[in-house]
This record gives sequence, structure tokens and C-alpha cells, in this order.
Amino acid sequence: MDTLEKTLQFIESLGYPVVALCVLGVVSAILLYIVARSFKVEEDPRIDEVEKMLPGANCGGCGFAGCRALAEALVKNDDISKLYCPSCGSDGMKRICDYLGKSAPEHEPQVAVVRCGGTCEKRPRTNTFDGARSCAIASTLYVGESSCSYGCLGFGDCEVACTFGAIKVNPATGLAEVDEEKCTGCGACVKACPRMIIELRKKGIKGRRVFVSCVNKDKGAIARKSCSAACIACTKCAKACPFEAITIENNVAYIDYNKCRLCRKCVLECPTGAIVEVNFPPRKVVESQPEEPKTV
Amino acid sequence: MPKTFPIGGVHPSECKISRGEAIKPMPLPEVVTIPLAQHIGAPAKAVVVKGDKVVVGQLIGESGGFVSSNIHSSVSGTVTAVDNFVNAQGLRQAGVTIKVEGDEWLESIDRSTTIVRECSLEPAEIVSRIAAAGIVGMGGATFPAHVKLTPPPGKKTEVLIINGVECEPYLTADHRVMLERGEELLIGVEILAKALGVERCYVGVEKNKPDAIEHLEKLAKEFRNIEIVPLKVQYPQGGEKQLIAAVTGRQVPSGALPIEVGAVVQNVGTTLAVYEAVQKNKPLIERVVTVTGKSLAHPSNLLVRIGTPVSALIAECGGVPENTGKVIGGGPMMGRAMVNIDSPVTKGSSGVLLMSESEASRPAEGSCIKCAKCVEACPMGLEPYLLKVLAQKQRWDDCELHAAADCIECGCCSFTCPANLPLLDYIRLGKGEVMKMIRARAAKK
Amino acid sequence: MNKLVVSPSPHIHGKLSTNRLMGDVLIALIPAFAVSIWVFGLSALLVTAVAVATCVLVEAVIQRWCLHRKETLLPAVLTGVLLAFNLPSNIPLWLVAIGSVVAIGIAKMSFGGLGKNVFNPALVGRVFLLIAYPVQMTSFPEVDATTGATPLSLAKETLKQGGSVSDVMASLDYTDMGIGLMSGSLGEVAAFALLLGFVYMLVRRTITWHIPVAVLGTMAIVSGIMHGAHPEEYMSPLFHLLSGGAILGAVYMATDYVTSPMTSWGKIVFGVGVGLLTIIIRVWGAYPEGMSFAILLMNACVPLIDKGFRPRRFGKTSKK
Repeated sequence: MDTLEKTLQFIESLGYPVVALCVLGVVSAILLYIVARSFKVEEDPRIDEVEKMLPGANCGGCGFAGCRALAEALVKNDDISKLYCPSCGSDGMKRICDYLGKSAPEHEPQVAVVRCGGTCEKRPRTNTFDGARSCAIASTLYVGESSCSYGCLGFGDCEVACTFGAIKVNPATGLAEVDEEKCTGCGACVKACPRMIIELRKKGIKGRRVFVSCVNKDKGAIARKSCSAACIACTKCAKACPFEAITIENNVAYIDYNKCRLCRKCVLECPTGAIVEVNFPPRKVVESQPEEPKTV
Repeated sequence: MPKTFPIGGVHPSECKISRGEAIKPMPLPEVVTIPLAQHIGAPAKAVVVKGDKVVVGQLIGESGGFVSSNIHSSVSGTVTAVDNFVNAQGLRQAGVTIKVEGDEWLESIDRSTTIVRECSLEPAEIVSRIAAAGIVGMGGATFPAHVKLTPPPGKKTEVLIINGVECEPYLTADHRVMLERGEELLIGVEILAKALGVERCYVGVEKNKPDAIEHLEKLAKEFRNIEIVPLKVQYPQGGEKQLIAAVTGRQVPSGALPIEVGAVVQNVGTTLAVYEAVQKNKPLIERVVTVTGKSLAHPSNLLVRIGTPVSALIAECGGVPENTGKVIGGGPMMGRAMVNIDSPVTKGSSGVLLMSESEASRPAEGSCIKCAKCVEACPMGLEPYLLKVLAQKQRWDDCELHAAADCIECGCCSFTCPANLPLLDYIRLGKGEVMKMIRARAAKK
Repeated sequence: MNKLVVSPSPHIHGKLSTNRLMGDVLIALIPAFAVSIWVFGLSALLVTAVAVATCVLVEAVIQRWCLHRKETLLPAVLTGVLLAFNLPSNIPLWLVAIGSVVAIGIAKMSFGGLGKNVFNPALVGRVFLLIAYPVQMTSFPEVDATTGATPLSLAKETLKQGGSVSDVMASLDYTDMGIGLMSGSLGEVAAFALLLGFVYMLVRRTITWHIPVAVLGTMAIVSGIMHGAHPEEYMSPLFHLLSGGAILGAVYMATDYVTSPMTSWGKIVFGVGVGLLTIIIRVWGAYPEGMSFAILLMNACVPLIDKGFRPRRFGKTSKK
């Protein structure tokens, strides 16, 4: 009898809170449901789907504030030829467009290129910077740790700006280096570099590229003095180029990647080694045959 | 209680080691390089070419606009180049290089030491003479003096304040000028007052220069309307806005110029140059430079021709000491570190400071503990800790909201920060971006 | 010549450093520490030693292995000392260690380490122990023939049971309370010694006067009004200021840089809030002592206060 009463008492004391909580839960659920129904925002469900297909890094490479904004534009705009997510690349964009039933815009894959070859050996460091480690601060203050006022400062503003971990300053060379595998060509580093050294260039077939790795606008003698890898605007490359892809302006050569056919003649001509070729197979020892390099 | 500015401030140790050294004329160098942009505003246009013979005081660069300044040859000799040279920051800048031959001066310059007291010129004539002489603010800001003396329409100048504060540690050039050229200085004040049509002139001097205060007070009895104002020793007492607030009690509003409260401020060196230009017809071709440093053999105050290489100044004072880690153009709080010590002395060079390696390196950074020491120290009432973070995160709009543009770059925040954070480095970056935004908006209108 | 060093201005730095600031606070605490050893004996030393050692150890381990950085450990020493000062001297030492782990590990390092925490770490440690181990935290050793109860709990009990203020004061003496001869936490008893430290910190400009004066002033005024209206129901202002952790809290805990506002007006508002909440909790709350809760509550308001109270800008007060 006594035990029964106690048990009942226990159930009572346990039961009431349980019942109360359950009721509270149900009432809240109903309220939430009503609120959710009445305040529902009608949105194209495809936006969510497209957003999931985007990388979600919010790098800003597309020109929109973030991935969701681009997704909205992709779904809503009829003309999507100008919209492009550089980090998805053509394949990714094609998948998204297939899903939306639209035609994918054509885009050449691009990659960031650091146009400075002034390593520690080639461009001697003349002083030590002891301020806050930021290229923007150093470049407004003075010439930088070397005597080249155009070259890479090496404090890594680009590294901070990159959301993909694709660009890093190599402490051995003091230069920013791009990891081609990771680089999506979003252009965040291009905007971050206060010296405008980084450029987006066509990735090229098999990643093969030829470019002038210098932006020094000083006259040849002066440029050469501060860096042995500087472009001295000798015009040899421009004369050697069979496709007129090389122009020289403000004492520095520039290769137009739309005209360049990757013949690599300029690379051999350049007296300072300022023109760089990447991802090519090693050259044959015999260099007398000019027809040999592939023009793709 | 001596007068001082209303908020913030710090007390760096003075280190005025060269205060007892009389001004000594520096021997002529072999070559001078005279930059064509030694002032805020448009650079001057060169009016000489390679091979020209020039004499001391001859015009070699013509003012490139209203906010610009004339440049004169500081030596006699042959122009060897009108080209870019490497300045103190290692950047290339246009200048005129002259090989020194003899010391031949322009006939019109009065080189005698007699002091000319009376000035009978009209205000407009005075201003045009100052403009012709290429005088700029010699405290370091290098703002063309004639622009300050031409108040914008509708604005009335009520007070003239001469800045003899020299609140930067180490520097003693203005101190020596006040002691040795006191009378000429006060005549210069009188001339400036006449040009501006003001009745009240003040010379603000920090109390750590009692000899200068005493000397000027004695001399000032001979002059009407000139009052010497002793000021509390506190950095940045010599900041333009701070000095006006200390002397007159008026605060220049955010984003406005001193003329908004009816004040014009000129530096001691500038005032002396005004005297020489108006009374002696001598353009701005030389200035007093403090060459100092704890390990320097003979810290001195040198009278230097504009364009003399800094390295020659250091050699004159005993050469670069073995342990030198940093060479600063100006004082330790606001001066700029040099990369190239062969760069020339300019109109704005108030000092050359050599620091040893141990003094030069910054202590390691820690974490912000929100101690608010920077907020207490900021003489403009800003929040440096916040501005630093905003600038670091590139939130320029927020930087503007928190008045980054008001920053006078005095360095009190970085100086005082117990965590050694480079506060000013980032705030200066933020200020630059905010100024760009403001200019872009103004251009759009 | 060597390679020149280049940096933006300023090129000199003042003498201030985080270590110096923390060191000054520690020096300011020495007199109070001496008094607590005199009052409570060596156990005070032992509790402090365990708290400091644990705090430093936890801080060092988390810095090294979790945050991967190396920073000064002096702030952790200070946290340890302050935590110990808020504990009874007869507390089991393993509880001290637990409190220290909570203080540094949870209240400080989990927010990101030095300068990032929202709440005063020492107080979080103390309040954790107070709520989790109320018995050990509220049994104080007997001091100088008085009972083991602190003046505040004595007052709370007496007043609750219908006693009057004079009943409470019968067993208390203000002079004894001033020099530290009363029951209470390690460091809170020595009012006079704590004030000595306050003067030292003011002279060294380690802290400004705003927060302590605002806290103690508010407490004095509010309790003064209540005491003046009903002298037998509410304790006197002097009693409130001398008892509990009022001075310790106002001078050393509320002024913690990281968790206090940046501007003078903000500090005053913060201090008034702490003072007000302390009196409210002490008089009407369940706990006899309210300082810790008051400071923690106001810590939570600091970001808001910082938003609302900006420093006075140069040029804003000029004639309109």
C-alpha cells in the first residue's frame, strides 16, 4: 500500500512535468509552423541547388558579392553569357548550365601569373623592412627591401587575399609563387597587389605559357642595376617574335597572350632571362632548327 | 599651469643632445642634387638644362601652379643633369644636379649681417616676394608659405602663431634659431603679421627651452603685439591643430584648415626664411639641420645648402657610427627612415637622426589587451585600436566613419602601445584609402 | 655599414609593455597578499601558489599546442593571484586547481587567448566554484575570535531573521574590517592594503581612477540613501565598502583591461552599473556577496558600452 502510494506520487511528480513539456512543445511547434507558413518567402529552389554547385568560397572572382549572388543571377538572368565563376572553370559552369537548361558561356581558363623574377640572388636586398608586414604599407612608404621600385615586395598581401591557398610567398626567393593546381583565376590577388605585378593570363594548353616576368618601367641600365633579371627593353624579343605578339611600352616588354603561339623564340633571345616559359618539355639540345618548337 | 592641447599626448624622452651646439655653416659639398618637388602640390618645372652655369640664388625650377613653389640653386656651378635621382626612400624623383664651382651669389642678394628692421612693402608685395623666394613650411609638412598667407575669400585671419615648439625628441634646429637669430625671427613675425593684417602674434615655445623663452621675451619688448607663449612639454604640442588649441583655445574642426578658426601657423625656420627673403632678397637656399644620434661623434646643428647629400652632413659630424641601424630624416616620432643616405637635404629636412641597431628594431608584437592606452594618448580623440583592425580588414567605409582622415600621424598610439602593435602603420594605410575615397567623391561632384 | 632598417614612423617606443602593466598590478597586490598571510597563515600562500601554477601551466599548454603561439605568461600569473584572492584560504587545493583550469581554459583561452575574452577569467573561475561547490566556497576559517561567517553573510542572516543593523554591528568592528581582521576570501579582507595598491597603480598610471571611483561611489551613495532612510534595516555605506570583495573587485577585478570599456565615460557607466548591481544583489539577492556577479554581468555589456561611448574627438567641441 505504502509503496503503491509512493510510486503514484513519483509518477505524479514525474508525470506533470513531462506532460507540461510535451504540451509546450506541441504548442510551440504549431506556432512555428503557422509563422513559417505565413512568412514564407517564395524563392526559386534552383538557386539553392546552383549555390551548392558553386565552390562557396565567396572569393568575388565573378564580380558578385558572393556565391549566392552569382547563383541568383545565373537562375534569374536570361542572358548569362557574361556570368562566369572562374573557380568552377568551364566544366563546372557547364554542369550548372546543363542543370539550368541554358547554354554555357565560353571562357578560357585563366591563371594568376606573378610577373617578377627578382629573387634574392638576382635582386639583392639592400635594407630590412621592420614595419607591419603588409605590401600596401611598405609600398606607400618606400621602395621596398631591394632597390627596384616595381618588383615584388614579398610581404604577402596576395597570400592573405587568396581564399584558395594558391599563392604563397616563398621565403627562399622572396617572391610570391602561384600553385597552378589550386589557382582558380579569381583575380583577388591581382587586386591585392599594390604594385600590380600579378596578371591573369590564359592558362594555355597543358598549362604552357610564355610571359615577361618583369614590370620594371625604369630605363634599361637602371633596371639592370637593381635586378639582374629585369627587362631592359632591348627589343630583341619583339624583333624575334614571328607573330608580333610582343610590344614594348614604358621600357618594359609585354607578350599578348592572344597573339602568342608559344614558339618560345623570345625566351632564347632575352639577355636577362626576364622572359619565362613554364610547363614545356625540356628543350632538345640541338637548337639550330628554328622550326622545331611546336606551335600549337 | 602652462598651456597645452586638450586631449591625449605622450611624453617621449627628449634626448636633445645637440641643444648646446651653435649653428655651424656646413662647408660646400662637391655636388648638390636639388629635387624639383620639395613641397606639397605640383612639382616645379625645371628652367635650366644640362651644361648651364648657375649662381647661388638663381631660379632653376619654376612653380608649377598656385599650390607649388619655386626652386633656386643653392650653389654656383654647372648643371650636370636634369633627370631622375634616387631619393631618401629609394624612389626615383626629378631633380637638378649641379657640380659646385666656387661660391658666386646673385648680385641682388644682400649677404651682409646687418639686421634690417623696417619693412615698407605692401602686404601683397610681401606675399609675392615670399612666393618668389620659394618658401615652404620648414617644419616638415612643406606646405607652400604663400598659400597659407593668402586666406580664401570670406575668411579673416585673426591670429598668427609661430611654431617654436619643436616637440620632436632629438631635434634642436628651431631651438638654436630662436637663440641665435631671435631678432631676425621676430622681424620675420612682424612681416608675416603685416602680410596677413593681423594684430595678435604668438610664438609658442615648449618649456624645455627656457633659454629661448627668456631670450625671445627680452627681444619681444621691442616689438608690438608679439607674445611669447610658454607651453607644456608634451608631444605633439607642435602639431598645427594642437598648437592652435593650446595657444588660442580654439579647435580646428574635423577636415577643416586652421583658417576656419582664424589662425595661421608658421614654423620658426619658415619665419626666418621669410625675413631673409623680404629684407635681404635671399631665396630659400639653405636651412638649419640637426644632425644627431646617441652614438654620433659630434651631434651638431648645421646650416646646410639645400641639395647637400645627407651622407656629407653625417661625415661632417664624425661619420656613420659602426652600430648604425637606422637613419631617419626628421625626428624619431614622425620622421621617415632613409634607404639612401646619399639623398639630398630638402627644404623640409629638419634633422638627420642616426639610431643604433638596438634602438632601431621594433619590439615584438603581442596581443591587444584593450588597455585603451592608445585611446588615452590620441591627441585627435580617435580610437587607434579600432582603426587598426578596420584597416587590417580593409573596411575602408568604417575607417571613414571612425574618422581615420582626422589622424595627424603623430605616432602617439604606436609609441604608447604596450603590446607594440604597429597601430599607426595600419591607420596611415586606412587614412590613405579614406582620403582616396573622399577625393573620388569630390571629383564626381 | 650594415643593411639599414626601414620602418614607418614612429621610430621610438615608450616604456610601456604588457609585462610592465601586469607586473605593476602584481606589485600593487603585494601589501594585500602580506596581510592575507598575516591573517590566514601559510594556507593563503599555498592556495595562491596552486592557483598561479595551474593557471600558468594551462595557459602555456594551450598556447603551445592549441593556438601555436608564444606570448607572455604574466597575465596568467595575475589571473591566478586574483582567483586565489577570491577563494577562502581553507578551500581544498584540488578545487583551486579546477577553478584555475576553468578560469584560463574556458574563460580565456577558448575565446582566443589574451585580449579576446569577454568575461574576467578569475571571476568566471570563482563563480564556477561558488555555484558548483557552494559548501567549500562559503565555509571560511575563523579569524581572531570572530565566527567563521563573513560580515556580509552575517548581515544577510541576521537581517533575514528579523534582526537589526545594530545586532549585526555588535560583533563587528570597522577598524578590524579596515585592516583585514575579518572572515572572508584570501585577498578581499585587507581593505586598507588594497587601497594602498590602488594608489600605487594610479601613480604608475597603470589604471585610471574612473572605474574604482565609480563602483565604490555608486555603492556608497545607493547604500547611503537606503541606510539614511531605514538605518536599522539596511547596512551602512562603510560596511558595504569594507565588507566582501568590494574594494578588491572595484580596484582589481573590474579594471581588468580586456573586459572593461575603453573610454573614460564608458568606464564610469560600467562602474556605476557594477556598483548598482552589487548593492541590489547584496540587499535583495539570494547571495550575500554580489561583486563577482555584478562585474560579470557588466562585462557582457562592455561591447555595447564601447559602441555608445566614443572618445571626445578633437574639433567637435568648438564653437558652433
